Amino acid sequence: MKKLMTGNEAIARGAYEAGVRFAAAYPGTPSTEILENLSTYDEITAEWAPNEKVALETVIGASFGGARSLASMKHVGVNVAADPLFTWGYTGVNAGGVIISADEPGMHSSQNEQDNRYYAKSAKIAMFEPADSQEAIDMLKEAYEVSEKYDTPVMMRLTTRVCHSKSVVELSERNEVPLKEWTKQPQKYVTLPAHSRMLRVTVQQRLDALSEYSEKTPFNRVEMGGGKVGVIASGMCYYYAKEAFGENASYLKLGFTNPLPANLIKDFCSKVEKVYILEENDPYIEETVRALGIECTGKDLFPKWGEMTPDVVKAAVSGEANKTIEFDKDKLIARAPSFCAGCPHRGFFYRLGKRKDIMISGDIGCYTLAATPPYSALDTTICMGASISVGHGAQKAFNMGETGRRVVTVLGDSTFFHTGVNSLINTIYNNSNTINVILDNRITGMTGHQQNPGSGFNAKGDPTNMIDIETLVRAIGIKHIFVIDPNNLEEVDATLDKCLAIKDEPSVIITRWPCVLKKFSDADLEEFDNLFATKNVVDHNKCIGCKACLGTGCPALSFDKEAKKVSINRDQCVGCDVCAQVCPVKAIAKED
Amino acid sequence: MTKSILLVGVGGQGTILASKILTLGLMESGYDVKMSEIHGMSQRGGSVSSQVRYGDKVDSPVIEKGSADMIVSFEKMEALRNLDYLKEGGVLIINDEQIDSMSVITGRENYPDDVLDEIKKHAEAKVLNATELAEKLGNVKAANIILLGTIIKSMGLEHIDWESIIKANIKPKFVDLNLEAIKVGMNEV
Repeated sequence: MKKLMTGNEAIARGAYEAGVRFAAAYPGTPSTEILENLSTYDEITAEWAPNEKVALETVIGASFGGARSLASMKHVGVNVAADPLFTWGYTGVNAGGVIISADEPGMHSSQNEQDNRYYAKSAKIAMFEPADSQEAIDMLKEAYEVSEKYDTPVMMRLTTRVCHSKSVVELSERNEVPLKEWTKQPQKYVTLPAHSRMLRVTVQQRLDALSEYSEKTPFNRVEMGGGKVGVIASGMCYYYAKEAFGENASYLKLGFTNPLPANLIKDFCSKVEKVYILEENDPYIEETVRALGIECTGKDLFPKWGEMTPDVVKAAVSGEANKTIEFDKDKLIARAPSFCAGCPHRGFFYRLGKRKDIMISGDIGCYTLAATPPYSALDTTICMGASISVGHGAQKAFNMGETGRRVVTVLGDSTFFHTGVNSLINTIYNNSNTINVILDNRITGMTGHQQNPGSGFNAKGDPTNMIDIETLVRAIGIKHIFVIDPNNLEEVDATLDKCLAIKDEPSVIITRWPCVLKKFSDADLEEFDNLFATKNVVDHNKCIGCKACLGTGCPALSFDKEAKKVSINRDQCVGCDVCAQVCPVKAIAKED
Repeated sequence: MTKSILLVGVGGQGTILASKILTLGLMESGYDVKMSEIHGMSQRGGSVSSQVRYGDKVDSPVIEKGSADMIVSFEKMEALRNLDYLKEGGVLIINDEQIDSMSVITGRENYPDDVLDEIKKHAEAKVLNATELAEKLGNVKAANIILLGTIIKSMGLEHIDWESIIKANIKPKFVDLNLEAIKVGMNEV
């Protein structure tokens, strides 16, 4: 059967067809939909883990236990999972195991542009790079064969355009692979130094065997054209190259990219006059080609960052950009993403941003948008869970000086479970005095509403144990805990005042109100009164046109320049009351 | 010959559903199809775009600047923002709707009054009010399918069995509305 699938849907389908039984992930663009789709197959146990390290470790365990298994994550997630990954490279697998890394050339939704192909090389494991959805299925099935035959973890490296582009695929039946028997093999599975020194030798032998595989696999193939130009590319760059260089050029399309096929590369390059290497992020293939002593054109010509789309390639090669319509760019207005109408982050950050003389240490989630106007309420963001620990370090430094500057750290519920909880343990252990805010909107918001350990449901949507954040924070040893409604601006102000007055001890504020886009659970409906069930309306007789409410940055508000009055879009408003509390003349009320 | 259609708008306007129906129709009628979207932060009121390419054999799912055979913009500022994707003589359809961004709402920027004039200086554009037309049909949410109708007509895709594609992918109670919306869109161009 033919179907249009994104690369992420195809990875899930490929896993199903390959007989995968266990999968785990932490959400992150552009990888999120892989596990969401895996969770729809009854044959696969699919789990959201609190972070990528835990996800990969459960997958390693499932592989040892005898089930074909898969972990998926965005590129920076592999940093979190790097510790188990490198040692898994030594132990190898029992049943086949694959880690999906979804890289983000161009940083559409990411904080950096790292090239995770170096992880495969450094961990000395096999790697595939599909170019479209059909290849995602075919290569993933092959990845499990390679994993089991060569006793290696396999990395499959995707990029945003592979993950989120749809193309036509042909579906097949599932290969029901039986569970493999687990036997005690401490020399293989227990990485004592004495064992690891032996495993290190095995790893090298495995790399040699994989090099041979790389030379002969049909996923590394040559397409000879009539001309003098040869292009080497992997993943989506192959299609970009085909589009830019056309049918006359020759191509070495690399689908298996660690180890790279040295002989195939040498042979291909000997048959063409000029070799181009097209790749996104870093010169991973190019470095190997140059090390082989082959003259080539790569990052010396093509941009070192961003996506290598065909227009970028053509402009670099010909020196001339495509002819495009020139227009007055001054007429453009910015359209950055913003908090939704009714977002529980709005009220909190609107008030927090008014505080002077504090440093706000932020984290990764929708609330990172608080860094932008009208809030300007974030001073740093590094990585998942870092708000609390970066804030701790900053506070210790400030405490050495005379400013008396306090640090407020902010992160979401899912991010707290991810790695923030470790940082909070550090905060109490090392006698910090930071104010730590957990924005508990009852779901993982930014990536599109994935369940987490605090939401009460698992990845399959079934009810499960719910970890209570307040109890957890208390167990860690935090004495000053405040649970507040972030839409109540007076409560937000009063609680910040209280926490700032506690000079020598850390405090935690838990703001508790669900994401406006969430599908509410019975527990949500029970806990929260009138959940987004009302509307606010402006009394134009009272409105003085002062625009104070517009400062809350709500997309439901608009200002009529002629009438000098604010109106509320009834379709968007969910009655959070934040604008009503800001209005100096009480012109905004609940609709009758 | 590969054709390229760019659908642009603001998060929540229904560009994704329109491009989904479009790509399914193209696939069912035997074309090779690729579509690229950027998800993530764009969902929070940011600009969105769906790039659709079809033909005998499609390589890149991404449309080059200066090469779109057709741009359909669900919002007029987004038409201007993406004007450099249109190829010379390409078809440009604009929904005459203004959606203020956060910088406009908070008064840091003004939404210029002459966006359509600026566009028309450089390209021939068909401007329609799909939102009003949808209201006349009884549901503003059909605006995206009206715009799909303009694509079907402009790109000569009337031969595809859209009725069965709509029936297979839209809730039964909205099927008639959406079939009517396609017709309205086709009549506009």
